Amino acid sequence: MQPTTTETQHHAAHGAHHEELGFWRKYIFSTDHKVIGVQYGLTGLLFLFFGFCLMLLMRWQIAYPGKKIPIVGELLLKVLGDEMANGGVMQPDLYNAFGAMHGTIMVFLAIVPIAFAAFGNFVVPLQIGAPDMAFPRVNMASYQAYFMGGVVMFFSFFIPGGAARSGWTSYSPLATLADPAHHPNGQTFWILGMVFLITSSLLGAVNFIATIIQLRAKGMTWMRLPFFVWAQFVTAFLLLLAFPPLEAAAVMQLMDNVAGTSFFLPTGLMVNGNPPPISGGGSPLLWQHLFWFLGHPEVYVLILPAMGIVCEIIANNTRKPIWGYKSLVYSVLCIGFLSFIVWAHHMYLTGMGTKIATFFQTTTMIISIPSVIILTCLFISLWGGSIRFNTPMLFALAFMPMFGIGGLTGLPLGFNFTDLHLHDTYYVIAHFHYVVAPGTIFGLFAGIYYWYPKATGRCMSEFWGKVHFWSSLIFMNLIFQPMFAQGMAGLGRRMYDGGATYAGFDDPALGVVGVPQIFIDMNRHISWAAWCLGLAQIPFIINFFLSMKQGRKVTSDNPWESTTLEWQTPTPPPHGNFDKPLEVYRGPYEYSVPGKSRDFTPQSESDKH
Amino acid sequence: MDIPFTVKLRDDTNLYNAKVGIWLFLGSEVMLFGALFSSYILLRVGAPAGTWPHGLLNVPIGAFNTIVLIVSSVTVVMSWASLKLGNPGKFRFYQAITLLCALSFLTIKSFEYRDKFTHYEIWKTDGTRMTGHIEGSPYFWSTRTLKDKKLDQVVFHPDPHHYAEPVQRHEAGGGAEHEGHAAISVPASEIARLSAFVPAHSTYFAIYFTLTALHGLHVFGGALVIGYLWGPGAKLWKTDPERFTNRIEISGLFWHFVDLVWIFLFPVLYLL
Repeated sequence: MQPTTTETQHHAAHGAHHEELGFWRKYIFSTDHKVIGVQYGLTGLLFLFFGFCLMLLMRWQIAYPGKKIPIVGELLLKVLGDEMANGGVMQPDLYNAFGAMHGTIMVFLAIVPIAFAAFGNFVVPLQIGAPDMAFPRVNMASYQAYFMGGVVMFFSFFIPGGAARSGWTSYSPLATLADPAHHPNGQTFWILGMVFLITSSLLGAVNFIATIIQLRAKGMTWMRLPFFVWAQFVTAFLLLLAFPPLEAAAVMQLMDNVAGTSFFLPTGLMVNGNPPPISGGGSPLLWQHLFWFLGHPEVYVLILPAMGIVCEIIANNTRKPIWGYKSLVYSVLCIGFLSFIVWAHHMYLTGMGTKIATFFQTTTMIISIPSVIILTCLFISLWGGSIRFNTPMLFALAFMPMFGIGGLTGLPLGFNFTDLHLHDTYYVIAHFHYVVAPGTIFGLFAGIYYWYPKATGRCMSEFWGKVHFWSSLIFMNLIFQPMFAQGMAGLGRRMYDGGATYAGFDDPALGVVGVPQIFIDMNRHISWAAWCLGLAQIPFIINFFLSMKQGRKVTSDNPWESTTLEWQTPTPPPHGNFDKPLEVYRGPYEYSVPGKSRDFTPQSESDKH
Repeated sequence: MDIPFTVKLRDDTNLYNAKVGIWLFLGSEVMLFGALFSSYILLRVGAPAGTWPHGLLNVPIGAFNTIVLIVSSVTVVMSWASLKLGNPGKFRFYQAITLLCALSFLTIKSFEYRDKFTHYEIWKTDGTRMTGHIEGSPYFWSTRTLKDKKLDQVVFHPDPHHYAEPVQRHEAGGGAEHEGHAAISVPASEIARLSAFVPAHSTYFAIYFTLTALHGLHVFGGALVIGYLWGPGAKLWKTDPERFTNRIEISGLFWHFVDLVWIFLFPVLYLL
């Protein structure tokens, strides 16, 4: 297959298909998997930015408790009123709402939609050689359900009483009783929003699995699938089977909020010294079990697609086959299975019993093995490669140690005796943010820089990409590294004043030791690093939009000289993707095969020619 | 642009796309109802001994509804087989019975619901409890209704036995047939709590209504799809009979799942 220029191919393809669709059908109510992928991506990036901004505001309150927020304080006062931002100062309820919504938005409205839905939609059908997803209209419906969920969540900030304020985990009974003055309240909106988001994920998951099973091109056997497709395949199963229990839990919590039931409200519950008018008899632990039955597989929903992206980029930029492809595949399948039986390691301190804790501690240690295998394979793949250090590769390379730090610091949380000390401190925050922020989000950035030329026909600027990379890497570490220290010093993760109340609270008689002042001072350094991280995203935002018009045009359909099928389409790919029937003859990573004239052999290249 | 294998079977899987899709969807449905059944078990095991209500649901009515759904399962298969044999007339006949069954199931269920909404329990301040009906059979009263309506007494027709008493266990129903029992007047000052048999009454009714309502929604949704394919959707038979038959198969698979959920619900809620 000879590289041809974009324009000619595009016109040829356009001529061949020639379906004139109006603006609405083409961009808003599209059934084309690539347009839907881009819709997911743009909406997800907007929510990523929004969720990040919530945290930037919270960081002010943590660093400078009780001081007026500069610039934005007035705006918050105007929009949300005295109750939430009296005098431009973030009030406790607003702090709690921002915290809860930061988590919800980042997980369910930003990372999952970008990692799974956006990249999955855009790349998976192309990589398996399919003309589209198996159910294009279901695909459109899943985006619309996601969008509606986003609207409901966003709108909830502006209702009386404000958004949900009981953490992203929405533990009952707190979630049901946190805002009794308003009905419906932020929590009701949260549940309704979640029902939309869960519906969207279920439709998406069914569609992905059916597509991968049914629509692989001729010759694309299971062991010829790019690792990214495997990662998405397992992710889809996690979403398919782990989300429904949360949907059940959401229905029950909705009943608690609206119909006055007591699914999660125990007998003998007192609110401000009075028994609430409920029957009681419910179980708060039940909510936690159902929530974490989703919650833990969800962690792998966040990380697996990023691993897939990183694997593609590493193979492409080391110009050699991935080391241990089969190990990667079996590891990802193991992770998928094991992730369903580790959930209660989030609940060691609930009093569920030491026997159960021991079981979940054991499975938790076991699941770290396949994760380590994956990371090891990726590291060994670098060995002896002639590495191209372009922007996507830099992000992919940084992913590995960052995810490594996140993963390894999780081990002390997985052992229940060390978790007793670290539970609910900043250590936990640092741990899972290392996995998701410089881990997954770096993987996503890598993917954006990598597939941008395929989607738009133009490259993003390498220089500004590198500025974006280095500044993000530095500030990410300046934010999260000190949090490990804060957490080990015992700083709790949900404190409205950043722990100032507990600083220097020493009482030798009681044996109480307060948090040393040095760890409280770190709050300010962390906050400044967070705001700088915000500034570091400006090059990316400008680069992302300007390159659509002004970026360097690609001269080939396969600018990275890759082996996988998504680069065998015209650029950008037309509706229906491939302009001629496709057959697959080889595995996904045939780079630098001895005896070949080029250092890459596309999967669709037959040995006969 | 055509998606491959929408009708034709793929060689290596021997399936068309929608069949993969529906089985995956049913897998997620199993997890949804599985979570609710698990919650039922946890709530019931967690309840103090002897407090989980028995005998509040009408077993003959529940059994009848079970038979209704089983019949509909048979007719769904027959309608699909009729299409496979190329007989759209028979298909319409069988599927009409399916729709009638769905309708009767929902109607019967709604009467069962109505019964519960007018059936009350009173927790008295002296610690005793009684069930029965309020004069005039109002819906959805609660302790707050007494305050809102400023009632100083309630005219009550108590049931002969409270459900927590052992005698009651041997009697079916315990519902409407006791109406007309001698009325007594209960002063509002003696009422600690008043609740109809609604979800807020207890975790038993909470899980009963949540499970059956969610199942009812599934019956309703399934009936809508079957109704569409029976009515306007049937035009596809003329242009693409194979695809139409597949659609009937898919809707049938969903219908069987909905029946299967009820097969579990009936013993769990009515008998155990």
